[in-house]
Amino acid sequence: MDVPMSWLKEYAAVTAPLKDFMEDMTMSGSKVEGATSMAGELKNIVTGHIKAIEKHPHADKLVVCTIDVGTGKDLTIVTGAPNVRVGDYVPVALDNSVIAGGKEIHTGDLRGIASEGMLCSIEELGFDRHDFPEAPEYGIYIFPEPVELGKDVADVLDLKDDVVEYEITSNRPDCFSILGIAREAAATYKIPYCPPEITVKEEGEGKTADLISVEIKNPTLCPRYVARAIKNVKIAPSPRWMRKRLRAAGVRPINNIVDITNYVMLEMGQPMHAFDVDTIKDRHIIVRNANEGEKITTLDGVERQLDPSMLVISDPEKAVAIAGVMGGENSKISENAEAVLFESAVFDGPNIRITAKKVGLRTDASSKFEKGLDPNLAMDAVNRAAQLVEMLGCGEVVPGVVDCYPNKRETWELSYSPEWINKFLGTDISEEEMQQIFERIELKVDPVNHKVTVPTFRPDLEAQADLAEEVARFYGYDKIEPTLASGTPTVGKKTYAQNITTLVKETIVAEGLCEGMTYSFESPKVFDKLLIPADSKLRQTVTISNPLGEDFSVMRTVSINGILNSLSTNYNRRNESAGIFEVARVYLPKAVPVTELPDEIPTLTVGMYGKMDFYDIKGVVEHLMVVLGIGDRAEYTVETELPWMHPGRTAAVVIDGVNVGYVGELHPTVAKNYNIGTKVYLAVLNMEELIKASNMVNVYKPLPKYPAITRDIAMLVKEDVTVKQIADEIRKNGGEYLEEVKLFDVYQGEQIEKGYKSVAYSISFRSAERTLADADVADSMQAILDGLAKELGAQLRDK
Amino acid sequence: MKEKLKAIQEKAMAAFQEAKEMKDIDDLKVKYLGKKGELTAILKEMGKLSAEERPIIGQMANDVRQNLEKMLDEAKVRLAAAEMAHRLEKEKIDVTMPGRARAEGHKHPMSIVTDEICSIFMGMGYEVAEGPEVEKDYYNFEALNIPKNHPARDEQDTFYIGGDILLRTQTSPMQVRTMEKGKLPIRMVCPGAVYRSDEVDATHSPVFHQLEGLVVDKNITMGDLKGALVVFAKELFGEDTKVRFRPHHFPFTEPSAEMDVTCFACGGEGCRVCKGEGYIELLGCGMVHPKVLKMSGIDPDEYSGFAFGMGLERVAMQRYGITDLRLLFENDMKFLKQF
Repeated sequence: MDVPMSWLKEYAAVTAPLKDFMEDMTMSGSKVEGATSMAGELKNIVTGHIKAIEKHPHADKLVVCTIDVGTGKDLTIVTGAPNVRVGDYVPVALDNSVIAGGKEIHTGDLRGIASEGMLCSIEELGFDRHDFPEAPEYGIYIFPEPVELGKDVADVLDLKDDVVEYEITSNRPDCFSILGIAREAAATYKIPYCPPEITVKEEGEGKTADLISVEIKNPTLCPRYVARAIKNVKIAPSPRWMRKRLRAAGVRPINNIVDITNYVMLEMGQPMHAFDVDTIKDRHIIVRNANEGEKITTLDGVERQLDPSMLVISDPEKAVAIAGVMGGENSKISENAEAVLFESAVFDGPNIRITAKKVGLRTDASSKFEKGLDPNLAMDAVNRAAQLVEMLGCGEVVPGVVDCYPNKRETWELSYSPEWINKFLGTDISEEEMQQIFERIELKVDPVNHKVTVPTFRPDLEAQADLAEEVARFYGYDKIEPTLASGTPTVGKKTYAQNITTLVKETIVAEGLCEGMTYSFESPKVFDKLLIPADSKLRQTVTISNPLGEDFSVMRTVSINGILNSLSTNYNRRNESAGIFEVARVYLPKAVPVTELPDEIPTLTVGMYGKMDFYDIKGVVEHLMVVLGIGDRAEYTVETELPWMHPGRTAAVVIDGVNVGYVGELHPTVAKNYNIGTKVYLAVLNMEELIKASNMVNVYKPLPKYPAITRDIAMLVKEDVTVKQIADEIRKNGGEYLEEVKLFDVYQGEQIEKGYKSVAYSISFRSAERTLADADVADSMQAILDGLAKELGAQLRDK
Repeated sequence: MKEKLKAIQEKAMAAFQEAKEMKDIDDLKVKYLGKKGELTAILKEMGKLSAEERPIIGQMANDVRQNLEKMLDEAKVRLAAAEMAHRLEKEKIDVTMPGRARAEGHKHPMSIVTDEICSIFMGMGYEVAEGPEVEKDYYNFEALNIPKNHPARDEQDTFYIGGDILLRTQTSPMQVRTMEKGKLPIRMVCPGAVYRSDEVDATHSPVFHQLEGLVVDKNITMGDLKGALVVFAKELFGEDTKVRFRPHHFPFTEPSAEMDVTCFACGGEGCRVCKGEGYIELLGCGMVHPKVLKMSGIDPDEYSGFAFGMGLERVAMQRYGITDLRLLFENDMKFLKQF
């Protein structure tokens, strides 16, 4: 909302400097976005008088003017403009001046003659013929009357104004008007608010009611429709003061009738529309929903497709306007219109918003209507328009109005308690001050019963808390003393799950990986990239019905796509190695289509590539398990069922029989699908399961008092026997003293038969009661060796 | 004998002084003090002395032995020091060579900022909560006083899943979920991902993060709201930070405010970053709307509260001077390693 300061000051005599004013308005709730200074860039352009014109000696199309700018020293200025005559008064850009667009003008040589400035057209002053109809279509602006010489042209033409831009929140449709902002400004500065006094003489013939009839078919979407007729309309440019205000507020002046509707819209916030009465069949206005398949060509010449959700203004035959959005070309005011109909109506905000969106036409009017206007404003607005018609002498106002207003919006009362408001705000504001604040924003106050009557333009005031806000913002938010809440003490903390999650992240960071962040929605094509079969349950997704595009259309059910994309980015930017992890959610629907909230499972995803192999990433996982107190309960079993993973290089991570995730190498085909030309290693762990399994309660175990006995064994086994099988077999037969089974060598090579590998373990035994002798472990060792030979075909190697 | 002893002492002293290595010392020890050493040899001749001479010479011999032992110890210390000096000299390396690189891990800047903000509020007694991102219309809108057709629904371009399910556009639904549990008083913050239908560019992302805060108790005032957020802003941005509360509008708070903090770039002087205002908008806040309390089953006549919400990306970007939001989601190692 752009408000010219000069216009605002007519209704609230603000005296504060602009910068203070902007700050004060922001702090009282009308957020100022910024200010622009109309004609602010113009510099050193003054009024001048052409004393003589001579032909340019070296150029046919140029003339040399002698200009008096009131300094006593005439200037020589070369111009190519055809319209200047001796005796004209013109705007002169002096040496070192700035014209519109920030262009600097200096004395310069023009075909051998030093031109000491420039004569300006209206465009060079930043305006056009809409602002100054008397300006020539081409050429220098010539003042219609003699002017004092050497004066700032911006002052003489009254170009200057400061225009302040406000951000208006959706709860304050009343502030989408100069008067609304003026009311706020007056309340902010505790100065009188002086809206224009609206009186209409009604000197036209007949009665509006005889000229036009109105019928509202859908009063829900059109609560009020007011019409006034103007006869003997004389279309002409509006006066300069009106044109200036419109331009400053960002609206281009057109002609007196259109300008009046725009002026009232800006001033009061009520959009108006003007029809040519003769184009309305039977002079009967019907406000109705559009018919299926109905079309209308709007004033901008574009044919618009309508549907029955939209409201139109029509006559018995045809639609003449899309209600609240734009008028139809068929009812446009013609040059010789005999009578004009001013429409001042109120439409349902949300409906207008949706209609404007559907037809792709958000106009000044629709953007006002969509906020939801006060129906009681409509009558004042149409009368204000009539008053301006009389003031401008551009027509005769026909007596009477047609007012269709089935359900009048009434004012309402609210009770307030000064004690409650003070308690709520943490303030000590007097009852009188509260009362004054309410009165300044036009609430009627009953101080005895502590009641206010709310004007209908403030539908946001529904309860005492709303009144507290009014008090607070005019008292000053900044004056409310900051305090620290007393009351029941609470303990600030994270949940156990949050603490474990933090620990997991810190552990992975300590392993040298970087935390990443990825989008939680992706393309369904990801499933193909990951080689997930068409019938997989993972393809059942939480799907966005209005996505930004297919690439962002499904909530992920598999966590790795984001990390793989990130690794790909790094790989293709020639980053030698990368290790990225993320704790983020996967979204698993309970059923598709989704009718209840899905399970959101926090998942740790680790991805890396570079100088490393499977055992590097497995080391990361193992370390994490130790940190979470589950190092000895985590098992790693062969995992071949994940289509996106290398079937020979992936292990399932199992804790107490529960599969919590996997670690391994990415399937080479998938790596290729992500444009990664090297091996990629992944670990994916379900955080919920990890948190459940984690054990952060440690009980101290006494340090061993007696030494351990250690036996090293080396054996030959077939290469597909896993070390887990061997270790499990050793543990099975290890007896009561077995303490630790440690793998220390695996060898395949020259001295080993093909298809076999040599595996070496260090097995330690210990008793808590005494020092063990060789004899104490002899039986266990024998059982271990027998078991290995029998179950796994292991051949003991001599050391 | 006297002369002999004297001679031995002098000879030994010279020898000890000349000793270059530990081995020399050991040799000298044997030579003079050993069982077959020179001093021992002399002492063996003591028997030949007269009764008068014996204690004198004995005394003298003892002095010599003690002197020799002392010299021996001194020589040892001297040599040990020399050897250590030699070793240290030999072990000299170029300490300006780079250290052995270890893979360095880093937290994401968003995590760092989120953790820091949560810590500040935990210090003030707030619990950290989390909630679903796929959310019901009721929690995201209805219960926050944003009924169907409310313009605020348009302002927050929502991703819909279907029926009454959507992707939350704000972390505010956690206000309702927390209040619904009925456990009072409430002091909580809730960080999390939120979704809005914004095309990706340098300042917009369809996925971003917010942190919500909610306090509900008896006698909570707007002064308390200001107090908590002033403490927070000073903790996060430094003791000199100034804040200002501007009236604003949110459907679920009344009164509502936006909190600005002094511009981190100019410290309040006014610059390009803050568009000359000296302040930068940090968060939205307000007193919980009585309607919202009521809908969540809390009696607004007995309880009051305040709520606030802030965009975390903005805080991270300001903190680290990041100008393109996309960097946060791209995960280039060269970027991630900077934090």
